[in-house]
Amino acid sequence: MMKPRVATVWLGGCSGCHMSFLDLDERLIDLADKIELVYSPIADIKEYPRDVDVVLVEGAIANVEHEEFAHIIRRNSRFVVSFGDCAVTGNVTAMRNGLDPDDVLHRAYVELADLTPRIPRDYPTIAELLKQARPLHEYIRVDAFIHGCPPTADQIWSAVSELLQGKTPALSHVFLRYG
Amino acid sequence: MAIVTLTINGEQLSATDDETLLQIARQNNIELPTLCHLDGLSDVGACRLCLVEVEGSNKLAPACTTRPMEGMVVRTDSERLKKYRRMIVALLASEGNHQCSVCMVNNHCELQNLAYDVGLLYVRVPYLYPDKKIDASHESFIIDRNRCVLCTRCVRVCHEVEGAHVWDIAGRGIDCEIIADLNQPWGSSESCTSCGKCVLVCPTGALVKKGESVAEMEKHTEFLKYIVTARRKGEWISFEHSEE
Ligand code: SF4
Ligand code: SF4
Ligand code: SF4
Ligand code: FES
Repeated sequence: MMKPRVATVWLGGCSGCHMSFLDLDERLIDLADKIELVYSPIADIKEYPRDVDVVLVEGAIANVEHEEFAHIIRRNSRFVVSFGDCAVTGNVTAMRNGLDPDDVLHRAYVELADLTPRIPRDYPTIAELLKQARPLHEYIRVDAFIHGCPPTADQIWSAVSELLQGKTPALSHVFLRYG
Repeated sequence: MAIVTLTINGEQLSATDDETLLQIARQNNIELPTLCHLDGLSDVGACRLCLVEVEGSNKLAPACTTRPMEGMVVRTDSERLKKYRRMIVALLASEGNHQCSVCMVNNHCELQNLAYDVGLLYVRVPYLYPDKKIDASHESFIIDRNRCVLCTRCVRVCHEVEGAHVWDIAGRGIDCEIIADLNQPWGSSESCTSCGKCVLVCPTGALVKKGESVAEMEKHTEFLKYIVTARRKGEWISFEHSEE
């Protein structure tokens, strides 16, 4: 039997959800046997492949690159999971939403810079911020949600185990938790 | 006061006609979500979470402000009500800025608990991400209107229990906001006695103590029943209290 093709993506988040994923610890070894990891920030793969069975997407849609990527993810994946509160609600990434993106960049890259204050807009490789950071499901259809900032390793394990059995993760009080 | 018989979710119950449907439901272990209701304060029917269906009426009725009538037939658990409750919690979440992971009341928050109770997996309506005023001018407390659900518990506790009436609501519709005195910084209010009651009864992280860190602040609403007991010698004590 073919192993399920699993991907994880890091958009506008702090990478905490991925850190929590690594907190699966020895369960990662189990998981590695059961799946084929076809794309992830923790694997050196440059392009998002076709025919992905399950993808966990961390982070809000915060810049133009995220927005484009979200549509590629949807086209190429069967089961898209919003992974963590930033993907589900915008969360901390969206705290800038009441402000002008230029003011935000200025604050972060000029006012608070220790060395060479400079707005990253001057670098063509860095994506332009969207006016607001917004949840993934406002851009593409999402099939399941893993909550938490970050989700706990147990939450991730329970959701991933069910997904790999082809089920939509059951909603239980223990695992529905914001924050 | 008269005794009436009514039916809730198919169960025949008797009650007195000066109780509310909410009190009757809770005495009979029928669960109803609430947000603006707090034992010991008057009821205003603001949040609509406790809505129930009453046979023969095409309007939904808030249980916290509805009195029973002889022969009334009430349902609290229909799919329609569950859908509306989920919608109300979703709207509350979308109208504010709720980043639970960096909130002082994370894991001790009534809005979070409601989201879990109604099974709010995600918010379908677009988030508004408003830019509401935060006021940290009071020496001990902060109000962050981005987390306020306009339940008016603070308004009522300050008026009805503390007797200071610092808080009010200004504006209309989506622009409603809680204001101190004549819409001035809380710290400059001359009527505030700094008793902290509003902070303790606020169901969310909108009113918090200064100096608390993320997830540190637990709210305590129990104190109200002791105060109320002392003030009104039993008249205000709801049945839940006297049963304890
Ligand atoms: S008030 Fe409650 S729902 Fe809002 S951010 Fe704080 S913990 Fe979350
Ligand atoms: S601290 Fe006390 S007096 Fe001041 S606003 Fe709150 S309830 Fe009113
Ligand atoms: S500040 Fe708190 S108690 Fe007052 S209306 Fe807002 S949520 Fe309710
Ligand atoms: S609890 Fe009844 S309307 Fe809020």
